[in-house]
Amino acid sequence: MTFSERLHVDIPLLGGLLLVSLLSFVILYSAGGQHPDLLTRHALRLLLGFTVMLTLAQIPPRYFALWAPWLFGGGLLLLVAVLLVGDTSKGAQRWLDLKLFRFQPSEIMKLAVPMMTAWYLSTRRLPPSIPHLLLATLMILIPIGLIAKQPDLGTALLVASSGAFVILMAGISWRLVGASLAGLALLAPLVWHFLHDYQRQRILTFVDPQNDPLGTGYHIIQSTIAIGSGGVFGKGWLNGTQSYLDFIPERTTDFIFAVYGEEFGLIGALLLLALYLFIVLRGLYISWHVRDAFARLLSGSLTLTFFIYVFVNIGMVTGLMPVVGVPLPLISYGGTSLVTLMAAFGILMSIHMHRTPSPTQGSP
Amino acid sequence: MDPRITAKDQIRDTLRETRLHRQRLLAALLLTMVLIVALIARLVYLQVISNERFTTLSQDNRISIVALPPARGLIYDRNGVLLAQNLPSFSLEIVPEQVPNLNKTLAALREIIPISDTDLKRFRKMLKQKRTSNGVPLRLRLSEEEVAAFAVNRPRFPGVDVAASVARHYPLGALAVHAIGYVGRISEDELAKLDATDYSGTTHIGKTGVEKSYEELLHGTVGVEQVETNAQGRRLRILKRTPPRAGQNLYLNLDIRLQILAESLLGENRGAVAAIDPKTGGVLTLASMPGYDPNPFVNGIDVDTYKTLSTHIDRPLYNRALRGLYPPGSTVKPFIGLGGLEMNQVTPSDSKFCPGFFTLSGHNHRYRDWKKSGHGAVDLERAIVESCDVYFYNLAQALGIDRLHDFMSRFGFGAKTGIDVDGELAGVMPSRDWKRRSYNQPWFPGETLIVGIGQGYTLVTPLQLAEATAALANRGQRFAPRMAYGAQDPISQKLTPLPLAPGQAVPIVQSANWRRVIDAMVKVVHGDRGTARGIGRDIGYTIAGKTGTAQVFSIKQNEKYDEATVAERLRDHAWFIAFAPADDPRIAMAVLVENGSHGATAAAPIARKLMDRYFADHPLPQTAAQQAANP
Repeated sequence: MTFSERLHVDIPLLGGLLLVSLLSFVILYSAGGQHPDLLTRHALRLLLGFTVMLTLAQIPPRYFALWAPWLFGGGLLLLVAVLLVGDTSKGAQRWLDLKLFRFQPSEIMKLAVPMMTAWYLSTRRLPPSIPHLLLATLMILIPIGLIAKQPDLGTALLVASSGAFVILMAGISWRLVGASLAGLALLAPLVWHFLHDYQRQRILTFVDPQNDPLGTGYHIIQSTIAIGSGGVFGKGWLNGTQSYLDFIPERTTDFIFAVYGEEFGLIGALLLLALYLFIVLRGLYISWHVRDAFARLLSGSLTLTFFIYVFVNIGMVTGLMPVVGVPLPLISYGGTSLVTLMAAFGILMSIHMHRTPSPTQGSP
Repeated sequence: MDPRITAKDQIRDTLRETRLHRQRLLAALLLTMVLIVALIARLVYLQVISNERFTTLSQDNRISIVALPPARGLIYDRNGVLLAQNLPSFSLEIVPEQVPNLNKTLAALREIIPISDTDLKRFRKMLKQKRTSNGVPLRLRLSEEEVAAFAVNRPRFPGVDVAASVARHYPLGALAVHAIGYVGRISEDELAKLDATDYSGTTHIGKTGVEKSYEELLHGTVGVEQVETNAQGRRLRILKRTPPRAGQNLYLNLDIRLQILAESLLGENRGAVAAIDPKTGGVLTLASMPGYDPNPFVNGIDVDTYKTLSTHIDRPLYNRALRGLYPPGSTVKPFIGLGGLEMNQVTPSDSKFCPGFFTLSGHNHRYRDWKKSGHGAVDLERAIVESCDVYFYNLAQALGIDRLHDFMSRFGFGAKTGIDVDGELAGVMPSRDWKRRSYNQPWFPGETLIVGIGQGYTLVTPLQLAEATAALANRGQRFAPRMAYGAQDPISQKLTPLPLAPGQAVPIVQSANWRRVIDAMVKVVHGDRGTARGIGRDIGYTIAGKTGTAQVFSIKQNEKYDEATVAERLRDHAWFIAFAPADDPRIAMAVLVENGSHGATAAAPIARKLMDRYFADHPLPQTAAQQAANP
């Protein structure tokens, strides 16, 4: 038994995560105006994240299946609590003040929803029947509804995709996938009706940022200017004028990719995308080799949700997508999302390292 | 192995599940790749294809070009007395776009800093015609206490700030305002005509007087600063700087002591004084009373104050010296007399009998002399000294209007003097041709007669008459009146005289005629019967002068002029023209007192006092005879 097997650590995945973490220090140092404090706090958060990851990696996957309903139920209760007694900050009611620390119950749902749906569907025959599917969909929609009401569109989107990926992994027919997408498209005007004004504004801004260049379009205009002016080779580390002169808003958090794109150019951006892609590919590889249905559904969903993080964040910073508050995984400063993210990788590692040896692989 | 799972496994189609799962993983991989390619395509579009555009945009973001307005040149009188300066000034400015609620902000500001309704009115007016995204001044000239009072409250007022600048200030207030003029905020019309680059940082421009006519010299050259700014617009560092070049200081020919005296002598009267150095055309005094304080005009005068000024019965805004048109009255007599001699219509010894009136043959209209009983037999000298009208009726008739017009035009009657201040009027020296053009009417012989005594169609400005007097004093050598003497480089302090306007000579064939006319003018002041003999007493120099009275309206035939019953404003205007010393003139002037009735009593004493002051300040070289008298 090798060292990594004993620690239940997947070396390639760990390597990818460490490389991105290393890069995050370089980027944050520049984006944060070269404040050492910021790096220290980021390091502590990463340390916490990696600890959570390693801890979860030790727990065999079937326990996650066992915990799933409890985690899901608890999470739902907390979400309701947030709506009733939650703290409001920046106009959104997302936090529960637990005296020791403030915490976003919606983060739990990023794990609880895929775990719950994976558990529910995996204990039935696959591909799932229509009633099971409807029930699973309900399991996803209820927490999303609660999260969207806070409002936290970014998290709602991530939770929704984590659930949707479980259903996709469960093997529903493509025809059904197509029908659901069409249904969503038909529902869009209804969704529009329920959106907050600022959310509608964000979508309008995405369609035409120049519409309101000093208001809601400002973020996106400035971040595309930053990235575009970076060119192929970038302006060089610590030399981004857009970030140093304060033109990029939220530049240590959601818009940090703009700082990176400005200073490191296309080359840097491709490197980062390659690292992320490597992590995603490793996740898919892990999922490929899993034999247990729950672990299969969960690992596939967690991996793809991670990719959605990357895509939504970079997509919004480059102006491909409307602005939704999704951080750049492992690099954006702060937030509890880093811990959740690392927890997901812990679960992935656990799934991989506790997989049943497959002596019969290839022959029945 | 968990027995539950194993049990379930047996009823599941594991192979199918695995195949399905892997199929989905491959689909997911495909989706991932498609999305990654989309991101890369977007990045290539931004960073490669549009790189140039975004580079420019980021430079534009970063670098702002700030125009550095040059300091306006100062204005001094000939002795170096400061007439126009730049004072540091703090004003309260508002950038309306940055103020959440303008009315609320204004109300809150009023609790901290006194802001008058007048300030508010001007602010609202400027808000409408604002030309850039700059702040709009709300209160000007804040005191240090007011600046401090605002500073402590500043966080409460986003979009409001104290702006430091320099403001034009006229330390002598209303003094010589019609000559110096003032600057004011650049209007939209002016903006359209100005060099946009040169004036990019400038807010004020010369509106009247020398401030206007020497705008180019006073303005200077704009400087440019390339500054790096952050997103909040804070200037972080200067990348490149071309400093502005201050405008040149302007030294005027104006003698402010003389100006002060002239204005105080005019006092409550409406009137004008123009005094010229005949040797150069330099304007020593250019007074028009009443005047007004130009300082409120600099940053935009409020409507009410302006209305008070513009509708005042005395018309303080009206520049009488340059734009006031008055009949010259008898002040034209020396000129017409010179014309008569020059054109051999009279000889010095020819005399005419003055019965107190003149009639044209075939008419019975009596052209009256001011002296009802008549002057008796008068020759040219007596006609000038006593201002006999009948003599000049005769002479005018002999010369005829066209010759009269041509000769008088040589002295600049009916034409602009060309002074270096905008807005002067040309006056009128009538002729047959002029009347046909202006009225489409033929000339009537009677009209020639009254032109001979400076009435009728003839109109002059005080400046014009002063310039003609200077030409007479100078024996025909004419110079366009000049307000400005020289320009001083603000750095080297080197004062360079401005080029003199080329002089022109009045062609007089018989130079002895100058002497004859000037001698008569000397006797006007120093002779026993001179109309201005009142000012000729106790004097150490010789003045050549001529009184004049300009009718405000025509008095009906055979009606006695009764001062008491005619409203003050219908009284005649009083004129006096003079130069001194008669032999070697240093100063020539025209004094006009509106409704002053008599040149001798209202205007001449002013000229005497001005000359006394001028020669006290600029002593004349003593002649040999005087030296002998005062050992």
